[in-house]
Amino acid sequence: MDPTLKSPFPGTFYRRPDPNSEPYVTEGDVVRPGDVVGIVEIMKSFHEVVSDVEGRIARFLVENEDLVDVGQDIIAFEPV
Amino acid sequence: MRRVLVANRGEIALRAIRACRDLDLESVAVYSTADQEALHVRRADESVCIGPPHPRNSYLDVDAVIAAARQAGADAVYPGYGFLAENAGFAAACVDAGLVFVGPGAAAIEAMGDKAEARRVAASAEVPTVPGTDGTTTAEEALEIAEAIGYPVMVKAAAGGGGRGIRAAHDPAELVDLIAEAAREAEAAFGDGSLYLEKMLVDARHVEVQVFGDSHGNLVHLYERECSLQRRRQKLLEEAPSPALGDERRSAMAAAAVRLARAAGYENAGTVEFLLDRDGSFYFIEMNTRIQVEHPVTELVTGIDLVVEQLRVAAGEPLSFGQDDVACNGAAVEVRINAEDPERSFLPSPGEITELELPGGPGVRVDTAAYAGYHVPPFYDSLVAKLACWGRDREEALARTKRALGEFHVGGIHTTIPFHLELLADEAVRAGDYHVDFLEQRHARSGRMPA
Repeated sequence: MDPTLKSPFPGTFYRRPDPNSEPYVTEGDVVRPGDVVGIVEIMKSFHEVVSDVEGRIARFLVENEDLVDVGQDIIAFEPV
Repeated sequence: MRRVLVANRGEIALRAIRACRDLDLESVAVYSTADQEALHVRRADESVCIGPPHPRNSYLDVDAVIAAARQAGADAVYPGYGFLAENAGFAAACVDAGLVFVGPGAAAIEAMGDKAEARRVAASAEVPTVPGTDGTTTAEEALEIAEAIGYPVMVKAAAGGGGRGIRAAHDPAELVDLIAEAAREAEAAFGDGSLYLEKMLVDARHVEVQVFGDSHGNLVHLYERECSLQRRRQKLLEEAPSPALGDERRSAMAAAAVRLARAAGYENAGTVEFLLDRDGSFYFIEMNTRIQVEHPVTELVTGIDLVVEQLRVAAGEPLSFGQDDVACNGAAVEVRINAEDPERSFLPSPGEITELELPGGPGVRVDTAAYAGYHVPPFYDSLVAKLACWGRDREEALARTKRALGEFHVGGIHTTIPFHLELLADEAVRAGDYHVDFLEQRHARSGRMPA
C-alpha cells in the first residue's frame, strides 16, 4: 500500500493559507519531509500540516474545509 | 420580556440560562450539530439547532440565529462574548426583527468598534489615549512627533490588527529605517502602506473598568479588573482589585471610564480598557461592548450579578443599584482552564473529558459547561472552565485558588491547570508585580513557558 500523510490534529482542513492564495501543494507535486501541505484550524488557531515523507501526491483523501480527525489519512502518495 | 434566546454556547450560555432562571424568564438555547450533547442545550427550556459545526455556518450566522429566535417565540437575544456579541449588524438585525438585544445599541457597538472613532469619543470625554499621531503619518512628521512624545515608539500599519504590522523604534535612526521597511511590508501584506505612530509603553499593565448604564440615564462603574497576565494577548489570569492601583488613581480611572461611556451614550454592561504606565499614567485603549469572560471576579468583589442586571436593564428597568451601593469587598482571582497543553506551546487539546472532579469549599466558584464524558469539540475556543476564588484579601484569594487548582482534576485532555499552579508559585505573581509582557519575558528567561 502506498504511504499516506495523516493529520496530526483534529479540526477543519484547508489546502490554502488563505482564501485568496494558491494551494500549498497539488496532485502530482513532489513533497519532501518538512514541506507544508495544508493547515488545520483547531480551536480558533491555525496549525500547519507538515509532510513527514517524501513522495509524489497521488490524490487528496479529504476536500478543502473538510473536518478531519487525528490520524485521519489526508494525502495518498506514490513513489517518486 | 419573557423568553430569551441565548446566542452562544459553553459556559457563558449556561451562565445566561441560570440568570434567566433566577429572573423567572424562559431560555432558548441554540446549538450546532457539534454541540448536540452540550450542557447548555439540556439546561435551557427549549433548544434549536442552527447549523453545522463551523461557527461561520452556525453561531456566526445572523439569519440562522434570528430565525431560531422567531421559531422559538423568543422576545429577546442574549449574545454573551465572542461570536456575534460585538457585531453591530447583528444587534440592529435583532431590533429590526422585534427582538430586545441584551446589550448596548448598535450605534454604540459600531462607534466603539472603530479605533479612530473610539479615540475621538475618548478625547471628547477628556480621557487620555496613548500619545501618537491622530491619523496616518509621513517620515518627517513621525520624527517630529516621536521627539515630542519620547522614545521608544511603535510604528503600526493602519490596515493591520491583532498585533500584526507593529514595530518598535528606540531612536531617530531606527525610526527612519523602520518607517521605510514597515510601509513596504504593510503595502505587501495589506495593500495599504499607511502607518501611524504610538508611544510604546514599557512594562505597562492592562487594567479595565466595568461600567453599567441603563435607559434611564444612570451610569455607574463597578471598579476594575487587572488582566496583565496574558499570552499572545489572551488573558490567562485576572484579578480584582488591581494590585497596582491606589485609591486616588482607582477613582480617577473609574471616573474616566464613566465619562467615556457616557460620551458614547452607553447602555448595559461594558468594559473600558486602559494601559497603566509605570509612572501611574493611564491611557484608554478600547471599549468592549459586551460581558467579559472575566466578569466573575467583579461579581465576587461587588456581590452584584452582572448577567441578571444585563437582562433587567435590557427589559427597560433602571439599574437595581446606584454608585454608592457598589463596594469593592475583598479580592478575587480567576484562572482560565483551557483545553491546551502548556508543555507543548499551548497546543489545543480537544477530545473526550473522561473524568472531571470539580473543586469546592469556601470562596470557590466554577463556571463550566463540561462534564465527565463530554467531548470538547475542536471548532470553538479552548475555554473549559473558569475557576474564580474570593478572599477577604488578595493573599486569601490566592491561597484558595491554589487549593482549588489542586483539587481540580480533568482527565482525558490536557489543560492549563499545571501552568496556573506554576504561575501561582511565582514570586512576582504573588507580589502582584507583573505587566503585559511578563509571561513572554518569563518564558524567555526560563524556557519553560512557550510564547
